[in-house]
Formats: sequence, structure tokens, C-alpha cells
Amino acid sequence: MTDKMIKKDQFMGFLHKLKNDYNVFIPAKEDDNFYNFTALGEKETFDFDYKNTRLSPKSFALPQSEKMFEFSLNKSDKDANILREAASDSSNTAIVGIRPCDANAFKVINANFDNPEFRDPWWTKHRDSLTLIGLGCNEPDSTCFCTSAGGGPFDEKGLDILLFDLDEHILIRPITKKGGKLLETADINQEADSSLKQKADEVKAASEKKISSHVATDKLKSKNALELFNASFWDDIAFSCINCGTCTFLCPTCWCFDIQDEVNYDQGDRIRNWDSCMFPLFTLHASGHNPRPEKVQRVRQRFMHKLKYYVDKYDNGIACVGCGRCVKYCPVNIDIREVIRLMNE
Amino acid sequence: MMDYSNKIKEIAKKLLEEKTVDSVIGFKKGTLPMMTMPILINEPGKTDDLYWDSFCNMNLANYLPKRAEKVGIFAKGCDSRNIVNHIVENQIKREQLHIIGIPCEGMLDKRKIRALLGEKELKEVSESKTSVTLKGEGFEETIEKKDYLQDNCKTCLHRNPVIYDELLGDLLAENQGPDPYDDVEQIEKIGSGERWDFFQGLIKNCIRCYACRNACPLCYCPTCFVDESDPQWVGKSDDSVDTMTFHLLRAYHCAGRCTDCGACEQACPMDINVRLFTRKLNKDALKLYGWEAGLKLDERPPLDTYRPDDYDEFIR
Ligand code: SF4
Ligand code: SF4
Ligand code: SF4
Ligand code: SF4
Ligand code: SF4
Repeated sequence: MTDKMIKKDQFMGFLHKLKNDYNVFIPAKEDDNFYNFTALGEKETFDFDYKNTRLSPKSFALPQSEKMFEFSLNKSDKDANILREAASDSSNTAIVGIRPCDANAFKVINANFDNPEFRDPWWTKHRDSLTLIGLGCNEPDSTCFCTSAGGGPFDEKGLDILLFDLDEHILIRPITKKGGKLLETADINQEADSSLKQKADEVKAASEKKISSHVATDKLKSKNALELFNASFWDDIAFSCINCGTCTFLCPTCWCFDIQDEVNYDQGDRIRNWDSCMFPLFTLHASGHNPRPEKVQRVRQRFMHKLKYYVDKYDNGIACVGCGRCVKYCPVNIDIREVIRLMNE
Repeated sequence: MMDYSNKIKEIAKKLLEEKTVDSVIGFKKGTLPMMTMPILINEPGKTDDLYWDSFCNMNLANYLPKRAEKVGIFAKGCDSRNIVNHIVENQIKREQLHIIGIPCEGMLDKRKIRALLGEKELKEVSESKTSVTLKGEGFEETIEKKDYLQDNCKTCLHRNPVIYDELLGDLLAENQGPDPYDDVEQIEKIGSGERWDFFQGLIKNCIRCYACRNACPLCYCPTCFVDESDPQWVGKSDDSVDTMTFHLLRAYHCAGRCTDCGACEQACPMDINVRLFTRKLNKDALKLYGWEAGLKLDERPPLDTYRPDDYDEFIR
């Protein structure tokens, strides 16, 4: 597959054309002060200067709440007490403008939700319906540390298509078959000329140089898990931490969930909701015992999972893609880069 | 406010050296502009970490419950009122505390500054008495502090700490300002249907992360009602009924206790003005019972006492 190009002023036309075959989402502000992925309507325009969305796009494949099953408790119904899989929409969806770190996060979650041992049908169904059209980051923020987390501002790993914003033109690079198919459907076939390709290489190299935040993760794997677990710095971190769900809910790689039954008279739904290791209920046993009764055990879990247990289990780097969301929005400034430094020391 | 930093370090060092306290709770400079981190210091050698600027927006009283030692704590006006609340509600003993009061000229709202800058990244903040200079790649802008104060600081009537063992700086003249409840009155005026829509709109982005609750010194319950699983009072999904239930119930649990410190709002990752819930109740506590939370150590709050002449129009 070869690089394609379009003029920037044709970009919205391309997106609207895509709507014939895909649900199209782009980052938009609506009436808030931040961007989130929004269904493309008449009034939305694509803002190439956008940095990233406040919430991560993981919710496209792992929604905050998802109805898995429905059931009836009414004995006279012939399928009483039997779980029926709930209907869900998995029509083709294009996420346009997703950042390479967030696309990479789909790979991280995938390691857990789709592997030789387990296959999560909800995750895989949604994931398969998505085409990820990434926008390389010309101007990474100082909180972006993707290059320390196995990615980069123009990293292609998790993407189906990568867009390069090159002033008046956009270079469109198909990466997967799925991406190639989308471009065919939308009649994107003008080959990128060599000067534009060269410009793309330059922009990419310049951007990688602009990444100012670097953290070493090289020793995490060889560290003794128990020593890290018992390290004294957790107490300091735990003091400041208020054990909220900000970091886990904003994080593109935090995947934990809770399953709940909600019943209205004799009809019920089984729902899967995001959960957070920061919450006391996360580990509360039916007996009343809680193996993580205090803040320190809970906050340690978040970092140990991302930076040690995942590393040991999948041998695939850390379970953080360096998007910087938790760095920016933790209300008490617990900066994961600082925690990585302490753990990797 | 900046010159407070050095005094804070000195005071904390002295308190720890002289063993007046076992530990000190204060703020540390954040790793990003406009961010600060609440920290606990228990060695005189570590007091250089302490810091102060106009972004010390968390409420340090939140870190007091369950502490067993003697604690030194730096307290703005609102923090000091939440300390009074904690003492009245038996969360900490007065004798356990050494309160260093900080007369406060208001904290700045990082959400408003972010909104001003849009996608431009802030790399450096510096402040003078009345203004703040924001710097980043290709821009430098100076803004007036008064235009970017947190909303609660604009209407704050207790900038001076109400309880303290020593004071940092001089007491300030308290605001006499306009009626602080103008915004609540605006909402009271609209019809009940529209009001419902207004509050639904207010929480439309809520992700139930509970940062608002966890940043709030009032929310120290061992198990919050939303975390109770047996019986379960509230659904866990993103259904708006459950989200609204959380906000309304939490607000009622804060009735007559909330000091309008704004920590809940500053903690919210989704920029939701959650204070609009509690402010209505603050107004009612004031107008109906003449009560402002956290001012008195020797009087029980209106919601845990009964007097025959209490306002009771709402009972029919
Ligand atoms: S690290 Fe920060 S965002 Fe995460 S739970 Fe603690 S206080 Fe909340
Ligand atoms: S930077 Fe924070 S929010 Fe982003 S992937 Fe890493 S842990 Fe998650
Ligand atoms: S919302 Fe209510 S139950 Fe929950 S912690 Fe706050 S006061 Fe306690
Ligand atoms: S509800 Fe908000 S404003 Fe009121 S005391 Fe709690 S954190 Fe402060
Ligand atoms: S902090 Fe904000 S998003 Fe989180 S529960 Fe409170 S209002 Fe909702």
C-alpha cells in the first residue's frame, strides 16, 4: 500500500463521504473547554491544532457501562432465568484523529482481552468494528512521554491509517488492510509525491526531537517484585493520593471492570462497568474482608500493575502509553513519570 | 503569596526541630505549572519541599481524619473552617493540632486559565501580588489575578483563618462584597422542569470518578453510600439517574457543613461546577438557620440539633 495525499481543504469532504459507510467520530469541543470524540455532524469541523481528548477513546471498545445480557425472573416466561445476550451496535466506525499513543493503548488492552487463553467477546466485537485513523503529533506536549513507553508521536503500531498534517496537504498512510479498504471506499487514490513524503519524514523526525519527557523503564523487568511491593516510597505517594478514579478512568489502558445485575421488578440487565483499583469496593470480598483496606495498597496496585505485573506477565513493555492524561489531571499531581523513576531506580 | 514559601519552610522546620509537632501537612510544588501536591513532612531536614503559591487549591483538612500524632497544618480560611468541622465532628482533637493560619487572597482557577490558553501549552507560571504571567512556546501573557480567581474565592467571606496557633502574614480585610448567593438565586428563579434540565446538563460529562467527593474534607465516611454493596443504594452504571442520585445525596450530606472551599470543583477532571449543588444548601443554612459552617467550636451545627423554633415550613 502506498502513501496517498489530499489537500487540507478537501479533508472535511473526505470525512463526510466516509459517513456513507462508517460512523465517523472526530475530536470536538461542543460546549466544553476540552475535546472528546464526537459523532461528525453538520457543525463539527476537524481542528488540526487539537492536542488530545480529555477522555481516552478506549470507551469505543470498552464503554464505561455496557449491557452484556438481559434476563427475566418471571417464572411464566419460557426463558426465565436464562441470560440472553444483549443487542449491541458493532457497525463500522472510524475514529479520525486518534493519537498514536491512544491507538497503542488498544494493543495494550488487547494483550489482556484477546490472547490464547481468553477472548473477551464484547471487546473483540467492538474492536473489530473500529478503523483507527491516527493523526501524528506535530507539537507534542511536555507531558507526552510516548517514546519512553514503546511508542512515538508518529508511531504506526496500533493504527490502521496515519495522517500527517503538512500545511496545505495531508499525507495519508494506509497501514493495515482495514485502513486500505477505508481509503478505497472513500476514493482516496491520489499518490503522495516524493516531496510530500520527504516533508512527512522531516515533520516526524522534528516531532520526535520535541519530546522533552523521557523516563527510563529498563530495570523494571529485572527488579524483584516483592522488593518493589515493599518499597518505602509508597507511603509518601499514598499520603497525597485521594484515591479517586481520575487516573484510571482517564487512562487509555486501564481496563478493569465490575459486573453488576440491575433488576427492575422481574426484568434484569447484567451490566459491565468500569471499575478502579483506587476504589475500596474493588477488592471487597463477600465475607467483608478487604485485602486492600487502605489507600497505600490501592495506589500501589495501580502502579505495580502497569509497571511491574504487566511487564512480567506479557514481556511487552509497560502498560502505559505515555499519553500524560493522569499527569495533567490527577488533582494532587501524582506524576506517573516520577513513580516510574522511583521504581526503576 | 509567593513569599509565604520561605516562611512556611522556616516555621515547619522549627516546629519539627522543637518537637512541637510530629509531622507537618503542607503543599509541595507540582511537576507542572498550576499544580501542587499535598504532602506530609516528618523530618526537619525535609521542610525545603514545602511551597506556596496561588494554586494550593486542595483543602488540607482532608488529610486530618484518622491521624494519631500531633500535626502541624497550614490552613487557608476555608481549610481552617474545615478543621473546625473536623473538631466538632470528632475527626481530630484540637490538642492534636498546631494550626498555622494563612490569610488567603484567593486561589486561581486552573480550569479558567486552561480555557484561556486553549490548546497552547503552559510551560511556566510566575505571579506578582495582583497578576500572573503565563509563558509557553511562542506566547507570554499577563493576566489579572482577580479575573481568574476560583468562583468560591470571589465570594469568600472568610479569607482569614478562623482558628490558628500562629499566623503567617497579616490578617486581611474581609470581603463585604455583593450577596454571595446571586448565582443560586438565578437558578431558584427558573421553573422546576428547566431546573432539572439545568442540573442534568451540569453533570452530563460526569464519569463518577468521585474525585469531587474524595477531595472533600466532609466526605470521610468509612463507607460512602455509593460504595455500599449490601444493600446497594445506587446503581453503578453511567445511567444519569444514578449519577444524579450520587450528586444530590452527596450535596445533602454536606448540608450545613460545606465551607465552599472549592476543592471538589478543582479536583474534577471534567470541569464540572459541582459546587452549584452544595451552594444552595449553604444558602439555606445561612438564610433559614443563620448558620455558616466551620466558624464555631462551641456550637452544634443546625442539622444535628433541634430547637422548637427551628424553621420547619418544609414539613407538611
Ligand atoms: S493518583 Fe491522583 S488521580 Fe489517581 S487516585 Fe490518586 S489522587 Fe486520584
Ligand atoms: S500516562 Fe497515565 S493515563 Fe496515560 S497511559 Fe500512562 S498511566 Fe495511562
Ligand atoms: S457522600 Fe455522604 S456518604 Fe459519601 S462520603 Fe460524603 S458524606 Fe459520606
Ligand atoms: S463540598 Fe466542595 S466546597 Fe464544600 S467543603 Fe466539600 S470540597 Fe469544599
Ligand atoms: S469529580 Fe467530576 S466527574 Fe468525578 S464524580 Fe465528581 S463531578 Fe463527576
